[in-house]
Amino acid sequence: MKILIVDDFSTMRRIIKNLLRDLGFTNTHEADDGSTALPMLKSGDFDFLVTDWNMPGMSGIELLKEVRSDGKLAALPVLMVTAEAKRDQIIEAAQAGVNGYVVKPFTAQVLKEKIDKIFERVEG
Amino acid sequence: MDNFAPLHDDEEFRSQLQDCANQLVEKLQSDNYEEASELIHNLVEARNNHIFRSVGQLTRGLHEAIVNFHVDGDMQQNPPNINGSEIRDASDRLQYVIDMTQAAADKTMDKVEAVAPIAMDLGNESAKLKEEWMRLKRREITAEEFRGLYTRIDDFLEQMGAGTTLLNSSLQEIILEQGYQDLTGQVLKKVIGLISDVESELVNLMRMACQVEEVTGLASTKDSVAPPVAAVSSKGEGPQIHADKRDDVVSGQDDVDDLLSSLGF
Repeated sequence: MKILIVDDFSTMRRIIKNLLRDLGFTNTHEADDGSTALPMLKSGDFDFLVTDWNMPGMSGIELLKEVRSDGKLAALPVLMVTAEAKRDQIIEAAQAGVNGYVVKPFTAQVLKEKIDKIFERVEG
Repeated sequence: MDNFAPLHDDEEFRSQLQDCANQLVEKLQSDNYEEASELIHNLVEARNNHIFRSVGQLTRGLHEAIVNFHVDGDMQQNPPNINGSEIRDASDRLQYVIDMTQAAADKTMDKVEAVAPIAMDLGNESAKLKEEWMRLKRREITAEEFRGLYTRIDDFLEQMGAGTTLLNSSLQEIILEQGYQDLTGQVLKKVIGLISDVESELVNLMRMACQVEEVTGLASTKDSVAPPVAAVSSKGEGPQIHADKRDDVVSGQDDVDDLLSSLGF
């Protein structure tokens, strides 16, 4: 499975990459904001997107909306991993079509649970 | 205060000053002291009025700066009693950075201290076993010693399995703990944005004060002033530093899950 990790902090990208590797996902790629991620997604047959919300340039929520409005990408599973913790924001992400929402700081267990749940739903 | 207009009537004040001075010279030369002293009186009054207006603008500028930083407090008191402001919020944010980095450092060191003996024990035992193993290969070992080695290898393999599992999970937790860099980084970016705002407000105030000084002759230096620095804008809010005291913010992953399941997730 090919996964794109989008976060403006390289430390967080490494953390997520490490956790995903432990879960058996080794084909991971990185981008530091939505505007770098979008062309990668459009040309790169990714199976899963993990994105932060608060990034310079294009934010994660904007990226999510772009993905959902793109014919080819519309069904891509998206997990948001972010420090944004306002109820309104979580509702906004849900309405924009996010598949899972993890607030930072998080544990390996939570990340695993959310990913499992997303793929259960996608495959089921 | 971004587009602050240049001081109102500098030109007018200057030409008034010049007119008065010319007339004063004329009156003095024609020995008309009564009208001359009236002119001096007018001059002083014009200068005073100008100073009052300039100080008024400076005060308004200060007031706007305070409003821009959302300072909440009683300004009538001396010293003012300030309940909250963006600066105070920035102090809270910086305190959050200290707390986060402290917690991450403590947790990382705790994890290392907890598992370091496991790695050391495994290393020591494997060194000892290697020695025995070499003796076995050289056929220097008795049947009794062999039986001892046999059970020790059994124990060692068991220890190895349990120890490396614990080591792996601790290493993973240490990696996860480094997330503080992202969370504190977001907070620091906000504070940097605020500092830029404070700087541009101060630059504006300084520019106004310079104009007052120049016009009234209180000082003759004319410093060039840097253009205001644009504030750093970001679309999200970043980590919530008082999540436990706010209703509009979730307090953890469980809250997120509850909220999402209430939305049919």
